[in-house]
Amino acid sequence: MNIHEFQAKELLATHGVKLPRGGIAYSPEQARYRASEIGGEAWVVKAQIHSGARGKAGGIILCRSEEEVEAAADRLMGRRLVTSQTGPKGNLVNRLYIEETVPIERELYLGIVLDRKAERIKIMASASGGMEVEEIAEKEPDSLIQVTVDPGAGMQKFQARELAFGLGLDGSIVTKATDTLLACYRVFRDFDATMLEINPLVVSKGELVALDCKMSFDENALFRRPDISEMRDKSQEDPRETFASDRGLSYVGLDGEIGCIINGAGLAMATLDMIKLSGGEPANFLDIGGGASPERVAKSFRAVLQDKNVKVILVNIFAGINRCDWVAEGVVKAREEVGLDLPLIVRLSGTKVEEGKQILAEKAPDVLVADTLAEAAEMAVAEWKKLGHSAAA
Amino acid sequence: MAILLTKKTKVLVQGITGRIGSFHAEEMKAYGTNVVGGVTPGKGGTTHLGLPVFSTVKGAVAETGAEASIVFVPPPFAADSIMEAADSGIRTCVCITDGIPAQDMMRVKRYMRRYRAENRMMLMGPNCAGMITAGQAMMGIMPGSIYAPGRIGIVARSGTLSYEAASQMQAHGIGVSTSVGIGGDPINGSSFRDLLELFEKDDDTDAVVMIGEIGGPQEVDAARWAKDNFSKPLLAYIAGLSAPKGKRMGHAGAIVSGEGESAQEKVAIIRECGHHIIPHPSAFGETVANLLDKMKQAA
Repeated sequence: MNIHEFQAKELLATHGVKLPRGGIAYSPEQARYRASEIGGEAWVVKAQIHSGARGKAGGIILCRSEEEVEAAADRLMGRRLVTSQTGPKGNLVNRLYIEETVPIERELYLGIVLDRKAERIKIMASASGGMEVEEIAEKEPDSLIQVTVDPGAGMQKFQARELAFGLGLDGSIVTKATDTLLACYRVFRDFDATMLEINPLVVSKGELVALDCKMSFDENALFRRPDISEMRDKSQEDPRETFASDRGLSYVGLDGEIGCIINGAGLAMATLDMIKLSGGEPANFLDIGGGASPERVAKSFRAVLQDKNVKVILVNIFAGINRCDWVAEGVVKAREEVGLDLPLIVRLSGTKVEEGKQILAEKAPDVLVADTLAEAAEMAVAEWKKLGHSAAA
Repeated sequence: MAILLTKKTKVLVQGITGRIGSFHAEEMKAYGTNVVGGVTPGKGGTTHLGLPVFSTVKGAVAETGAEASIVFVPPPFAADSIMEAADSGIRTCVCITDGIPAQDMMRVKRYMRRYRAENRMMLMGPNCAGMITAGQAMMGIMPGSIYAPGRIGIVARSGTLSYEAASQMQAHGIGVSTSVGIGGDPINGSSFRDLLELFEKDDDTDAVVMIGEIGGPQEVDAARWAKDNFSKPLLAYIAGLSAPKGKRMGHAGAIVSGEGESAQEKVAIIRECGHHIIPHPSAFGETVANLLDKMKQAA
């Protein structure tokens, strides 16, 4: 789960990380008021969307008067901002963050991630702030300093000192910088983050100040982080994904027209691969989870149909714990309930598969039944192509 | 004798009195697994499904001599249950639970290193389907009927894809020695490589099917290790060729976040290491069958 910059900064503040003064605004008038409240002679107006690379996309505007702040806010509010990370539709700007400018002596990079290889939290810092970390790793790999944290002991002061001295920080600010780096680690740990990036982290008036901040969280840990769950902003998500996740389904929206309902994440990924291999494009990833009950199948149909581009639906269930005859009944019932009128391809495998097929043949004779995964994908693509031809004619 | 699990292995069920634990304990017994008891804190001294229930894993091990355990405990408490098993002398643990926080799993992995290698518990999962030694015993949630006893090992992240592989192989008349799920989480117990090391030493396994997916370094690590250290044929399938970067595909760990983590890159590296690639998920059966034919002709 991702959050906005201003929310990440709120979390940094709870642990004492220094930040420029700023405030949130929902309208140009509020933006102007915020600027006057903050005071000073220059401000940045920052579009709050779940994406990096906002600066290059025109989402961060430097202003030298309160009039300019208002005009900048007017330009950004309500717009869909397209960055290199958002996809072509962009994300809706419905909140702005107005911030004071601070003198910048140096720009640094700080990133904290879960290192899957080391199975530990890893802190990375570089003196080349402002650049993307991939860019740093590629162009200046030697500038990247890394420490990993023992999960039993936590991050130690010496590790923060190693980072601070490695960044070439002046001796006079190393103590304060060490505190800031430890605080960032604690924010990551205490809120169950999976990623925390401060880029740039700047040296300003003898202190480290976080000019930007991006954070993502472990969804498996949200049960114990209600304050983080509250920060979710559904306006930044694909509405198809919001609909599905609100109903407990694991769904990822894609660009094709073949809707997919599958049990198991691995089989779901594999089925999408098989559709592509057969010359089609999947509309979504959907893992229905264990136990394909009629209720879950119906929910899944509804989630897939949220996507108006869907022309054909493929159901692929490997009945392990449950039985194919029950799944078949579920598909028949759910299809009636939802009033589905698109071509439907069903592949069942596992326990009681013959009984399952018989139920489909009797109660839903127009459903196309496939025996294997390859056959199911080919049938779905063939149906989809047929429709394409008739639509063109 | 296959790996990790035989019909003699004494198995405990942690969380046996819950709905899911109960259901699968019965399924495992029906398959022939030597289930010797269960653990539910506070219910020690009672019986459930005809099995003795204990409040602590240590108590259960002392009474029953259990050497393996399977965990069906909800996510907030599962890490604690795994550490309890590790501290009680359990040698092999399967954790089915999906949804354990990554930082909890980091602590579990660190905790397990407290014990010397020879006393250390081997953990499968979490978020996995468990394991099965075909025709002997099952510690997991898979449908037992799709596994014909045989000489091919399976190690997989995804449960349903391992079912797909086993049933395709069965359709070709090919059986399985042991099939092991390692789970779809970013921080998990045993890795692909850990299991390949066991299969290498197993006289009852002739070749291994490795089923990986996008995200993380484990498929590539295993392939590189196997290049010089694994003497049996290794056949690999990697799911997620069509997965977009930065999107989580169901499994908490199935996300391409860095270099070498996409399916395309993994396939290329595994191929470079000289292993066999299963080109698509409908080709498990025929790829293994072709390999076995070639091995027969060569012999």
